[in-house]
Amino acid sequence: MSVQLATKLRKPSGRPAWEEKPTPVGLAVKGLVLTGVVLAVIVPLWTVVVTSLSSRQTINEAGGLVMIPKGIDASAYVVIFSGGTVTRALWVSTLVTVGGTAISLVLTVLAAYGLSRPGSVGHRSLLFYFLLTFLIYPGLVPSYLVVTGLGLKDSLWALILPTAVSVFNLVVIRAFFQAIPQELLDSARIDGASELRILTRIVLPLSKAVIAVVGLFYAVGYWNTWFNALLYIDDNDKFPIQRILQSIVLQGQSPTFSGLPVGTSMPPTLAVKMAVVVVAVAPIAIVYPFIQRHFVKGVILGAIKG
Amino acid sequence: MSTREAPPVAGSGASRTPPPGTNPDAAAGAPARRKPSKPHRVPFRARLRRDWPLLLMTLPGALVLFVFHYLPALGNVVAFQDYNPWAGDTPLQAFLGSEWIGFGNFENLFSSNAFWEAVWNTLSITAFQLVFFFPLPIALAILLNSVMSTRLRSFIQTIVYLPHFFSWVLVVTFFVQMLGGAGLLAQEMREAGFQPWNIMTNPDTFIILVTAESVWKDVGWGTIIFLAALSTIDTNLYEQSAVDGANRWRRLWHITLPGLRPVIVLLLILRLGDALSVGFEQFILQRDAVGRGAAEVLDTFVYYHAIATGDYGFGAAAGLFKAAVGLVLILAANKMAHLLGERGIYSKS
Repeated sequence: MSVQLATKLRKPSGRPAWEEKPTPVGLAVKGLVLTGVVLAVIVPLWTVVVTSLSSRQTINEAGGLVMIPKGIDASAYVVIFSGGTVTRALWVSTLVTVGGTAISLVLTVLAAYGLSRPGSVGHRSLLFYFLLTFLIYPGLVPSYLVVTGLGLKDSLWALILPTAVSVFNLVVIRAFFQAIPQELLDSARIDGASELRILTRIVLPLSKAVIAVVGLFYAVGYWNTWFNALLYIDDNDKFPIQRILQSIVLQGQSPTFSGLPVGTSMPPTLAVKMAVVVVAVAPIAIVYPFIQRHFVKGVILGAIKG
Repeated sequence: MSTREAPPVAGSGASRTPPPGTNPDAAAGAPARRKPSKPHRVPFRARLRRDWPLLLMTLPGALVLFVFHYLPALGNVVAFQDYNPWAGDTPLQAFLGSEWIGFGNFENLFSSNAFWEAVWNTLSITAFQLVFFFPLPIALAILLNSVMSTRLRSFIQTIVYLPHFFSWVLVVTFFVQMLGGAGLLAQEMREAGFQPWNIMTNPDTFIILVTAESVWKDVGWGTIIFLAALSTIDTNLYEQSAVDGANRWRRLWHITLPGLRPVIVLLLILRLGDALSVGFEQFILQRDAVGRGAAEVLDTFVYYHAIATGDYGFGAAAGLFKAAVGLVLILAANKMAHLLGERGIYSKS
C-alpha cells in the first residue's frame, strides 16, 4: 500500500524545476504516515460494517470483530429495523434532524440577511448582540433551569430550540450574503421587490453552496445530539439514536425488538451492536461526500470573519 | 423578470415610498451603504421605515438567543443563592423563593478538594493536548500540501475530515471496539500470545487516551485552516530561496512556518481562552470506566454536582467560576497577541 502511495507521490507532474528531487527515505516516510492516517479512519469503519454483516459462525471463528468478510448475513439489520428500541430511536432522530435543520436554517438565514447591510437601523448594536454570545457563556445549570422552566422536559423541542441558532453559522452565511453584488439587490429594490422577496428570489438561489454546508453542520449537530437528550429526555420512547447507541454499545444494555415473529433466531449480539453503530454513522457518511467539496470555503470564511 | 410584476402584491414593505422631503429609497440607500462612514445622512425615521423588514427578520433569531443564551447567562445569579428546587412549582418560582446567601457557594466550592482536583485535571489535559495535539494538524497540513497529485490529496482529505462529523458516542464506541478489553487489538494480541492491555479503563493512561480520541476525531478537520494559510504563501519566496541555496528544511523554517504564524497564534489564543473546557461528552461518557480521579473535569464536575445531585447553587458557582476565568483568559490572550504584533481576534470590533 505504502509502495503504491510512494510511487504516486513521486509523480513529477507538479513539481517545479527548482525543487530538489525527493529522497527515497523522505518519500517512504511520507507515504507511511499518510497511509497510516487514512487507515486509522478506514479500519474501524470497515471492521464495524463487516462485523455487522457477519453470521454467528464467522464471528465465533474470528473470536470477536471480523475484518475479512465471509458471506453476507443481514439478519442484524432485519432485527433492528423490525420495530422496538432502535427503530423508534431512528424515527426520533430523523424527526429532530429534519425539523431542527429546517427551523435552524430559516432562523439563521433570516437573521443573517437582516444583519447583512451595514448602515441599516440598529445594525451595529444588533450585530454586537449576536457576536457577544461568543464571549458570554450561559452555563449548564441556568440553561437546565431555563429549559425545564419552559416545560420542555421530555419534549423533543428541548433537543432543537437551545441549539437552534448557531452564531458561527450565521456569520458564515452573512459573509456570503455580503459578497453578493449590491447592485443586483438595489435594482430589485428599485423595481419594488420586498426584502423577503429579494431574499428568496435573488439571494438564496445565489447562496446554494453555503446553505448546503451550513445545513450539513446543523443536521450533523442534530443527528449527533446526545448530551441534551441525557439532560432533558427521561422517557425511553423519546431517546434519539445516540442515546440508544450509548446504552446498547457502551453500557451493554440489550435492546428490545417488538415486531419479530415468534421463534425467530436472534442474530449474534455483537452483530446487532455493530449494526446500531452503522445506522448511527450511515446518514452522515452518505450525505457527507456531496457537500464535502464546499466546506473549505465555508469554514475559512467563518474563521476569518469570526 | 418576475420581480418586476411583483410590487403591487408583495411589495408593501420596503417599496413604500418615503414621505416627500426625504430622498427616495434607492437613491439615498445605496450610497449610504457604500460609504458607511456617513450613515447618518438619512434621518432615523426614514431609515426605520426603510429597514423595518430587516429588523423583523433578525427578531426570531435574536429571541431564541435571548431565551437560550442570555437568559441562562443572567440566570447564573443562582450561584449566589441557596437554590431550592422544591421552593416552587417551576424553576422561576423556586428561584424567587430561594434564599440569597452571597458568596456561600463559592466558599464551599473553593474549600472543596474535588473541585480543585477537577481544575487540576482540566488544566493538565489542556497542557497535554497543547503539546501533543495542537502541532499535529500543522504537521499534517504541511505533509498534505507537499503531496503533488491533487486527486490523491483530495482523497486523503475526504477520508480524514470524516471523523469530525461523528458524535462523541461514536468516537468512544470505535475506541472501545478497537482498543478495549474485548476489542480488535486485544483479540489480535491474545491470538499472538500476548497479554492484552486495557487502555480504555486505565486511569493512569487516560490523558493519553482522550488525546488520542481528540486527535482521531479532529486532526484532519484541523488541517483545513492551515491548508488555506499555506495556499496563500507566495511561491516565489520558495523559488528564490531555493535558488539562493536553502534546502527544504530551511525553507520550511524560514518561509512556511512564518507564513503560518498568524493562524497559529490565532488558534493558540482561542485554545488558551478555552483552557478550562476540554470537551464535555467525551468525559461524561468515559467517567464511569476510568473513575472520577482521572476523568473528572470542570464541566463534568458541574454536571454531577448540580444536575445529578440537585445542588444547583453550588454547580452554578462552579460554572460561573469557569465562565469568568474563561473570559479573562481570552481577553488576556488576545491582549498578548496584540503585544506580540499579531492581529488577534478582536482587533476590528
